Amino acid sequence: MDAAASGPPLLEIDNLCVDFVTREATVHAVSGATFSLRAGEVLCLLGESGSGKSVTLRALMRLLPPRRARISGTVRLDGADVLALEGRKLQDFRGGAVSMIFQEPMTALDPVYTIGQHLTEMLRRHKGLGRAAARARAIELLDLVKIPSPERRVDAYPHELSGGLRQRAMIAIALSCGPRLLLADEPTTALDATVQIQVLILLRRLQQDFGMGTIFVTHDLGVAAEIADRVAVMYAGCIIEEGPVADVLRAPAHPYTAGLMASTVHDQPDQDIAAIPGSPPDLRRLPPGCSFAPRCALAMPACRQAFPEPVFPAPNRMALCLRVADVLQASLQPTA
Amino acid sequence: MSKTATLTDTPLPTDSEFEGAPATPVRGYWQSVLVRLSRDWVTLAFGVVVLFIICCAIFAPLIAPFDPYSQSIIGRLKPFGWRNHPWGTDELGRDLMSRLIYGGRISLVMGLAPVLVATIVGGTLGVVGGFAGKIANTAIMRTMDVFYAFPSILLAVAISGAMGGGITNGIISLSLVFIPAMCRVAETATAQIKNLDYIEAARASGAGTLAIVRHHVLGNVLGPVFIYASSLVSVSILLASGLSFLGLGVQPPEPDWGLMLSTLRQSIYVDPLGCAMPGIAIFITSICFNLVSDGVRAAMDVRE
Amino acid sequence: MSTTLAAQPYVDARDRGGAAQPMLIVRALQRHFRVKGAGKGAVVRAVDGVSFTLFKGETLGIVGESGCGKSTLARLLLHLIVPDSGELVFDGEAVAAPRGITVAALRRQVQMVFQDSYASLNPRMPIQDSVAFGPMMNGQSRPQARRAAQDILVKVGLRPDLFGPRYPHELSGGQKQRVNIARALAMGPRMVILDEAVSALDKSVEAQVLNLLRALKRTLNLTYLFISHDLNVVRYISDRVLVMYLGQVVELGPAAGLFTTPRHPYTRALLASRLSMDATRRIDTPPLIGDPPSPINPPSGCRFRTRCAHAEAVCADHMPTLGAWEDRTSHVAACHMADATSGHSLAGTA
Repeated sequence: MDAAASGPPLLEIDNLCVDFVTREATVHAVSGATFSLRAGEVLCLLGESGSGKSVTLRALMRLLPPRRARISGTVRLDGADVLALEGRKLQDFRGGAVSMIFQEPMTALDPVYTIGQHLTEMLRRHKGLGRAAARARAIELLDLVKIPSPERRVDAYPHELSGGLRQRAMIAIALSCGPRLLLADEPTTALDATVQIQVLILLRRLQQDFGMGTIFVTHDLGVAAEIADRVAVMYAGCIIEEGPVADVLRAPAHPYTAGLMASTVHDQPDQDIAAIPGSPPDLRRLPPGCSFAPRCALAMPACRQAFPEPVFPAPNRMALCLRVADVLQASLQPTA
Repeated sequence: MSKTATLTDTPLPTDSEFEGAPATPVRGYWQSVLVRLSRDWVTLAFGVVVLFIICCAIFAPLIAPFDPYSQSIIGRLKPFGWRNHPWGTDELGRDLMSRLIYGGRISLVMGLAPVLVATIVGGTLGVVGGFAGKIANTAIMRTMDVFYAFPSILLAVAISGAMGGGITNGIISLSLVFIPAMCRVAETATAQIKNLDYIEAARASGAGTLAIVRHHVLGNVLGPVFIYASSLVSVSILLASGLSFLGLGVQPPEPDWGLMLSTLRQSIYVDPLGCAMPGIAIFITSICFNLVSDGVRAAMDVRE
Repeated sequence: MSTTLAAQPYVDARDRGGAAQPMLIVRALQRHFRVKGAGKGAVVRAVDGVSFTLFKGETLGIVGESGCGKSTLARLLLHLIVPDSGELVFDGEAVAAPRGITVAALRRQVQMVFQDSYASLNPRMPIQDSVAFGPMMNGQSRPQARRAAQDILVKVGLRPDLFGPRYPHELSGGQKQRVNIARALAMGPRMVILDEAVSALDKSVEAQVLNLLRALKRTLNLTYLFISHDLNVVRYISDRVLVMYLGQVVELGPAAGLFTTPRHPYTRALLASRLSMDATRRIDTPPLIGDPPSPINPPSGCRFRTRCAHAEAVCADHMPTLGAWEDRTSHVAACHMADATSGHSLAGTA
């Protein structure tokens, strides 16, 4: 299960910070995200709304509005600085080296163009294929994502396809130019359960076949368990825990992760769910010290004074918490 | 022992369960619009000009140096500054500045009144058409389409011509021109919210159609309607001047910018600047209203 | 909050039949929508012959995927959409029938909590006015309605002084959903229909709102109809579960039994599609291929047969019925395999 890909990192992100500046306030959407990704590896960015996971993804694709968003830190893809790309190189980068799948295919696809036109535009722009060759390749791609009758569907408009087929079409578009890095922003959240599992299995298979590095953003722990090799949990713009998915889900090292697992509804007996009290902090006014301290049952005075330093309970695990040992202890004893 | 449980009988949750309040101060939608407007220097500047024009019109008897109706045969078409006439005289010897100031009154009335009437009548028809069933909607909207098919100036001229000249008839004809457009804006806004969940919730709580319209629909429709109305004012001023120019609006000897343009037109070789003054007045007023309405639209069009 | 508010036994003044009488009986409810432009006579069979019973004090969960008709069903129960045919009996009285209960009176006793979309609250109305709207429309004066609104806001965990004058855009998703719940409860209903009430919320907020719903049900003695596509949530909160597919009921039974031993192949596939949080147990083959067919031209006979591994000729010829059920513990499925007399090769084995 552990697709341990080897080699130098495909993607290196160091201290990525994204601030949205308006006249009234500054929203600290991402504060110092640091992680790396190898080719062939699937990293899941897990978090709730406002955690900064989607913003991180869009910052990687350089899709954030240039004036309002202030990005700092380094992002390197295969050694090249992504944040410095401009003009033609940036266009080649987007779609060619990195591709993105969005959550809502109906709004991500242009309704006045057919699926085939979406695909051939990508192929001709990035691969320079002629019209006939692009169309043939488009049909191949639709077949690859298991869309039935691809020769017919290549001329279909987005609104003529069902939700699951639209999402598969979007995956085909994303994969059309053989990107090295695939970014997926909650692609299965809007899908029914039976369709979601089909799309997840498809993504897993395609990712293994193509050997792409994948960053998968989701708020669903089940999806993370199903598709990820490693998981990075985000809260209020910081990565507060990171590690192999099986280890993190079996024995979380951060109180937030533990709280998230306990509050997710799954076969609990008939009593109140152990919900995390309160709400995530306002990103315009982050509390001093650890952002999770106001809601944390294990919070100490030291937690509110300074932001916790990373702790490494295992060689490939990280947690930003002063009480990692206590959390690990608690998770090893199953609660009654 | 049985008792009827009421909502106030159950004990309250403890303090730790209360949600944290939002960080921003409590501010209504219109208040936030005002705050945004207060930071828009351009709109504020032009708003001041509009206010100045309106004040001049209101306080015309106090500001105007001369009587706008007193004629003088020898004092015709005199240039700027002749015998204390700051902007000269027109073709019948009347003081141009006074006539311009008094003319502002009529031009502003002819500009604002039709928009007001059209907003009330057209807005009501639009909300009714948007909210009522298919038959009422078809009846209202297709009738509006008939009027909409005519170019506005043509329609205004036709109606005015049929009714005769005068300020009242001019206002009526311009109102009839604007009602279909306003109706359409209101109907679109209403139709957009008609199927939203909160309208369904209002129906589910037992409210009648009138109550729903009053409490839920109007507040949401007012925004687009107001924006459209403010952009119509400048058009209305232009159209009203056009009607007067053609002799279909205000009748002589009333001072009105469009009418002044028409009568001064013949003297263009003799006193070109004086002849241009009414046109400049129309232009400035119209542009200022336009820019202010643009600014207001930008302030109101924020996605929260 | 949970342990201190125990349910107090009482009799609601509006109760007519006692505990034995079902709160709601639905018989053969049907609603079709005509499709414009997709050919003559093309009809969306949104709800096609749905029958079930809702007992007092229970939570009935309704699950299904998109296109199964559960949202339409919710609106039919409140007559927000008028049914084409079928019968609704609320506490012994037929709804919208000559000698039964009027729709207006029904809506004073049954309310709905909507999904927290951007459109569930009027963006131009402060929260307390939105909540007070219902009581005001039903005869209370403005100050009375305002007080009732503040009361109920407290009960859902929002301080009225902090949240009352605020507008929806200033609230988080969880807070907006509490307001939705407050709005539904402000009129003091006996039954609440929750249409995807927690689906749009983050998981941790979902947990808080579910706890709140459980507590409110106990203290206010409510009956819930909980509609969701999330099987885990439905399992957790429901006493009985109803599974819908393409406008019809395919399975109905107690929650525990239905989830451990499902009788209908569609239910089995749905349950097998659930994701676990155990990364070592991954699903390799999808339980169901393809998308749900469109409700415009459903297959003849059993509507699930085009995706069912056990479909036979009898499935295309005869539509299976739900089977006779007597009380809350009955577990029935609309499948020829569950019916011993159907003629299916596996008849009587489900």
